[in-house]
Order: sequence, then structure tokens, then C-alpha cells
Amino acid sequence: MEQGLTQAVAAPRLSAAARRRQLREKAVAGFITLMAFTGIAALILIIVFVAKEALALFTDAEARHEASLSKMFLAQEGRYPFRWQPVSGTPKVSMIPLFVGTLKITVVSMLVAVPLGVFGALFVAEFAPRRLRELLKPVIELLAGIPSVVLGFFALMVLSPVVKNLFHLDRPLNGTLAGLALALAIVPVIFTVSEDALTAVPRSYREASLALGATLWETAWKVVLPAAAPGILAACVLGFGRAIGETMIVLMASGNADIVSWSLGDSARSLSATIAAEMGEVVVGSPHYALLFFIGVELFIFTFVLNMIASTWTKKVLQRLTGSAS
Amino acid sequence: MKSLLKPLLAVLLVALPAAARAGTITIKGSDTMVILGQRWAEAFMKKNPAIKVQVTGGGSGVGLAALQNGTTDIAMSSREMKKPEADKLKARYKSPPVQRSVAKDGVTFYVHQANPVGALTTEQLRAIYVGDLSNWKQVGGADAPIVAYSRENSSGTYVFVKDMVLDGEDFAPAIQTLPGTAAVVNAVSKEKNSLGYGGAAYAEGIKELKVKKGNEEIAPSADNIKSGKYPLARDLFFYLRAEPTGDIKTFIDFALSPEGQAIVTQVGYFPVK
Repeated sequence: MEQGLTQAVAAPRLSAAARRRQLREKAVAGFITLMAFTGIAALILIIVFVAKEALALFTDAEARHEASLSKMFLAQEGRYPFRWQPVSGTPKVSMIPLFVGTLKITVVSMLVAVPLGVFGALFVAEFAPRRLRELLKPVIELLAGIPSVVLGFFALMVLSPVVKNLFHLDRPLNGTLAGLALALAIVPVIFTVSEDALTAVPRSYREASLALGATLWETAWKVVLPAAAPGILAACVLGFGRAIGETMIVLMASGNADIVSWSLGDSARSLSATIAAEMGEVVVGSPHYALLFFIGVELFIFTFVLNMIASTWTKKVLQRLTGSAS
Repeated sequence: MKSLLKPLLAVLLVALPAAARAGTITIKGSDTMVILGQRWAEAFMKKNPAIKVQVTGGGSGVGLAALQNGTTDIAMSSREMKKPEADKLKARYKSPPVQRSVAKDGVTFYVHQANPVGALTTEQLRAIYVGDLSNWKQVGGADAPIVAYSRENSSGTYVFVKDMVLDGEDFAPAIQTLPGTAAVVNAVSKEKNSLGYGGAAYAEGIKELKVKKGNEEIAPSADNIKSGKYPLARDLFFYLRAEPTGDIKTFIDFALSPEGQAIVTQVGYFPVK
């Protein structure tokens, strides 16, 4: 494009229409660049702002005393070694119950949502008759538009007694319920992106496979699915990001107790729900305030690291696929 | 179910700076007091159409923090302001904060309607919430685990229970927390072994526990709360940055007038006079 523009300068005998077109081209390119940089700048500003507020934990004497790294991550003396009770005579700020809760809920929701989303997409992309496909796709994508507070409310009011009786649990609000409700929110995400990846696999792959005598099922499983693997992985990462950051559903369905327990029948308190529940209360600039921002930084780091791992893995898969093709 | 939106709203509202508005009073804070505040506002605006009153919830802490941040005119609080909060307000606005008791309320413990337990001592309640007792059998009920609910720590009721019932001790890890009294009431009405707490006005469709003192069982009734006999009675407050003037004074005078106090009774709380 750069070359095209310099040529335009070198050749002044262009028609007026062509010059206008080039100008417009330039304006559009400039606009898109501006938008891209605005987006990037906004992102950087958010990160800087969140990190700056969290920094008080390391610079402010009061905050450092109240919420030192050892108090956040190591066992404390007393009846319960890991507690999240920042509103207390002596604030207790262990991150461990929040990590355990977040991980528990996220794992449950991914275990449910990944197979549902990916196999659902495989069915719609490869097996469903056209009519059914045209019905299923928009319906599932519509699910993605349900506000999470509605899903949380649904879990609290309708799903909780069902899940409790089904799994014979003591508490109606627990990690399993939160995970299941969360899965409702991320299945559409995983489904939509996976389905796009599967449909994007070139027709020639399928035709070659079928021509070699493979059945529809073998083609879908051994040819189309691996070829779409990077896209499907991206779908799962996107789903994971949503699961770990989802707030309203978890806040309403998990019970929010700061227990360190891997039992799925116990309540769980997640990082994101903690921010939501407590951000309204804190006094700006207090150690508790900095702590909540620190949780935000942690969430950011988790998704960032996961994205990095996923993208390196995707590169490897792509290399293998293109390598074996040539 | 406004209270369930609370955290979301709270984040949004705290983040938004207050614009200067003539003829507008903003009131924010305790979820326990939201309905009361709204009724007052409705009745007040009918009499004074030139003045707009906006009422939002979020929890007592939210209201008091908003008062500090300058994003509300009046903070509703179901607990007394803590000293550090008062100090910060005084430092920032050069005048001590003003407290007005506008209604009375009894914090009530709820159980499921089918629960045979009808009264507990405050010691028993404390033992349950700090984690010493975990089975209804231990307090004269059925052999079943106690599923206890608490409010989020932005709630004034949370702080009240922590101070008055738990003697300042921490809630046990197994205590579940829910956003809003309505959510607690809903959870208790669904789960047969549950125990929760909140303001008396919300207690519909579940059983209110009496508080046992010696041989006496004291119900959270109007008379017991007004007379102060019910041990878990508390004041509901308005907090201001300075002595009220103009529209704000008119509003507070209205809330404390016989007409305003009649609204308190209608909503289910108890008048201060």
C-alpha cells in the first residue's frame, strides 16, 4: 500500500476520481489505525490503573502490615490457617480460599461446558441436517446473550434445590451449582467459536477423506476435528477466561464461604465474586481497597498466562498440521 | 430483587462522580433501609414536586463510603459509623459528620417454617456462627447439619451481628454469604436446615426465631423492639457531612414528622418516637 501511495505522488496525471479514491483509502486506513491504537491505549491504561491501586500493598506501610505476602499466601496461626475476613478486628486476608474456590468452580464448569460446546459444534457442523442446523445455531448463540445476573438468579431460585437433591448435598448453594450455572454461560461461547473453526475447515479435506472410503464419523473425528484444533482450543481458552472472570453467577450460586475444601458439595468463594461483593464497601485507599485491586491483577495474570500457553500450543499444532501437509 | 444487583450497582455508582444538581437529593446505603427510603422519597416528592430525591441501596458501608467520596448527600446506615470513618469525614469536610436516628429495627434470625426450633439464646447463635455448633441436634432440633447464611461484609447488618452476637469474633469459614437480605430470606425459605438473619421487615414466608434470655423467650415484636427489650434491636440512621440545610433539612424533617414515622410503621420497622 505504501508503494501505491508513493506512486500516486510520482504520477500526478491521475484522474480526479482515482485521486479521491486514494484519499479516501488513506483516510480509512488512518481511522482504523487510530481506533486500534485507542483500543490498545485504553487497555494499557486499565492495566496501569489497576496495578497502581494494587501497588499500595507493597509501598504503603499500613497496607504492608495488614496484608503482607505471607499473610496472603501462607498458613496463619489460629483456629483456621486460611481465612478471608478483611472486615475484622484483625483483618485476615488469605488468598488461598479464593484460589481454591475459583479453581473448583472453573474446573467444574469447564468439565461440563467443553464437551457440550465442542461436541455440539461438531454435531451442528458435520452431522445435522441443514434445517436443524439453521435452527440450532441461532438458538445456542442466543443463549450467549442471556445476562449473567439472570443465569445467577435462575441458579439461585430454580436450579439449587434440583442440584442439591440430585447429588445429595447438604448445602443448596455450592461449587457444583455455581459450576453448572457457569457452564450455561460458557457453552454458547465455546460452541460458537468451535463451530466457526469447524466450518472453516476446507471442503477438500472432507472430500479427500470421504473419497478414500472413510465414513462421515471418521472424517469428522479424525480429519475435521484435528484440522480445527487451534480454533477449538481458542474457543476453550475464551470459555476459560469467561469462567474465571464471571462474577454475578458465582456470587449468587456459590454460597461465597471462604472454606478451603476441594469437596464439590461445599460452598466456594471466587476471586471475581469477592471483588464484586466487597468493592462497594471499601474506603478508597484503604488496605482492603488495594487488596481488591490486587485480586484483579491476579485474575489478569491468570488469563494472560493461560492465553500465552494456549497460543504457543496452537502454534505447535499448526506447525505439525502444515508440516505434514507439505 | 434489587438487592441482588447490589454489587454491580455499587461498583457503578461508586465509580461515577456526583454531578452538582440543584433540587436533587441523593440517598444511598443500607439495603435494609432502601424500601423505607423510597417510600419517604415518594411521599416527600408528592408534597414538594420541585425537589427530586434519588434513593439507592448497596449496603451501609457503600453509603458511608459514598458520603466520604462525596457521591451522596445522605448515607443510610443500619449501623453506627465507625471511628475511622468519622475521622476521615471530619478531616475531609472540616466538620464532624451528623447522625440522625430515623427508625428502629430488630435484627431477626430466621429458620425454615418446618424447623421445630423456635428460640435460641444469643450464646447459641454465636456458637453456631463462629463454628462451635454445627448440628440442629445440639440446640434441640432434628439431627441435621445447620446451613447458616450471613450477609456480605459490606452490609450493616453483618457488622451488627458480628458486634452484637459474635462479640466481634469472625464468622466461621463454613458460613455462606449472600448478597442482600432478600436472597437470605429466599434461601432460608427453600432449605429446611437453614438459618439466616436480616431486618424484621423482610421476614415473610419463614419463621422468626425468638431470642431466649433466661427462661424468657422474647419475640422480635413491635413492642419488644420499641421498648428495647428485644436484645438485638438497633437504630437505623441517616448520616450527613454537616448539619442539614435547605432541601435536605426539609427532607429529614419530613422523615421525622408524624407522617414520615407513620411510613416507618407501614414498611414494617418501628418509629423512633
